[in-house]
Amino acid sequence: MEHVELFFKSIFIDNMVFATFLGMCSYLAVSKKVSTAVGLGAAVIFVLAITVPLNWLLDQYILQPGALSWLGAEYADYDLSFLSFIMFIATIATMVQLVEIIVEKFSPSLYNSLGIFLPLIAVNCAILGGSLFMQSREIATLGLATTYGVGSGIGWFLAILAIAAIREKIRYSSVPAPLRGLGITFIITGLMAIGFMSFGGMLTGGDEAEEAKDNTAQTETIQDNSTAKEIANNTKVIN
Amino acid sequence: MAKDSKLILDPLTDNNPITIQVLGICSALAITAELEASIVMSISVLFVMGVGNVVISLMRNIIPSKIRIIVQLIVVATLVIIVDQVLKAYAYELSKTLGAFVGLIITNCIIMGRFEAFALGNGPWRSFLDGIGNALGYAIILIIVGFFRELLGSGTLLGIQILGDPVAKTGLYAYGYENNGFMLLSPMALIVVGIIIWVQRSRNRALIED
Repeated sequence: MEHVELFFKSIFIDNMVFATFLGMCSYLAVSKKVSTAVGLGAAVIFVLAITVPLNWLLDQYILQPGALSWLGAEYADYDLSFLSFIMFIATIATMVQLVEIIVEKFSPSLYNSLGIFLPLIAVNCAILGGSLFMQSREIATLGLATTYGVGSGIGWFLAILAIAAIREKIRYSSVPAPLRGLGITFIITGLMAIGFMSFGGMLTGGDEAEEAKDNTAQTETIQDNSTAKEIANNTKVIN
Repeated sequence: MAKDSKLILDPLTDNNPITIQVLGICSALAITAELEASIVMSISVLFVMGVGNVVISLMRNIIPSKIRIIVQLIVVATLVIIVDQVLKAYAYELSKTLGAFVGLIITNCIIMGRFEAFALGNGPWRSFLDGIGNALGYAIILIIVGFFRELLGSGTLLGIQILGDPVAKTGLYAYGYENNGFMLLSPMALIVVGIIIWVQRSRNRALIED
């Protein structure tokens, strides 16, 4: 149940593009055609599914305060968390290169469709963002971290697929000249993000007792979440 | 000399990293709900871009081109760790608000983009100017977006209530003005940037696509 909840949460509610704006650069640059968008989206799912669990292991056994205690008691109070950026990005860059080599060797056809996107991915904020949010949201187990990686990847895939389809169609409509291209894409993404916000209510269903429990649990998890914090600020303002 | 000043002035307007080169959008959108966060983010990027461009430019002849991406990532990551530790030490609350987005400066495409496009082929001084120019171009958009979102969304600037008190109904609020809480939500950042692009391209028709 935990897995299903996290999976849907990371696809819809915390959608990488619409809720946290991760990977916007490639999202805007590679969304002119559906076919290339699918290629990049698939590559993102693939790389996120590998790097998030790997970085979870790194975080859990090397970087967190006290994580080194498996080496012996004298290492128990080491705190290497300041190294996490450099470790995460190094893992991502090496994994991307490794995946590229392996895919090229074993599946040339997959390499032809994914290959050109893989180097792009090392510098895609969605990948590093996935690992950093995994760390700041304190995801508890390796399984959940994998679910989170795959779910966020699928969310990103959905987003780029949708915008690519819209951009293919919008070529035939008369957009004001200064808005053509980038401008209208921003505004459409904004409107889609408003739509995605409505998924926010998805996980609060169930009977009353469960609902109350869910609500408290959710306000707790939400505190780490910057977008949710914005929502909280917002309700405060309205009140 | 005129060429050098062009390096700084160009990215501010006609070659703006966000609205024209489409680089570094993620952070521009995510942290602009408050003006203060936008300013701190801009300063961090200014530091990382300026120093990073110089470092890469000094090393440009000894980096093997095959592994240059990893070298660039390591340089940025080191600089970002410095920024992150300084923020944690002197502005803890703010570093909590910025959260993962400080780390995401590493993958901010502006930085990698300028390394690739400029610092690898130019001397340190020119690279420094290019870095500062692009970071300022980035900062301008961030500050414009942050300004409007905070002003219209919560009626404050840098936390100071400038439109009056919404609870006690003073200032503008006495005439029935209400804050538009929607401005604080993430979708509005996209729409505000879209409008900035619209305004800029209406003023300079040469920038229109297609």
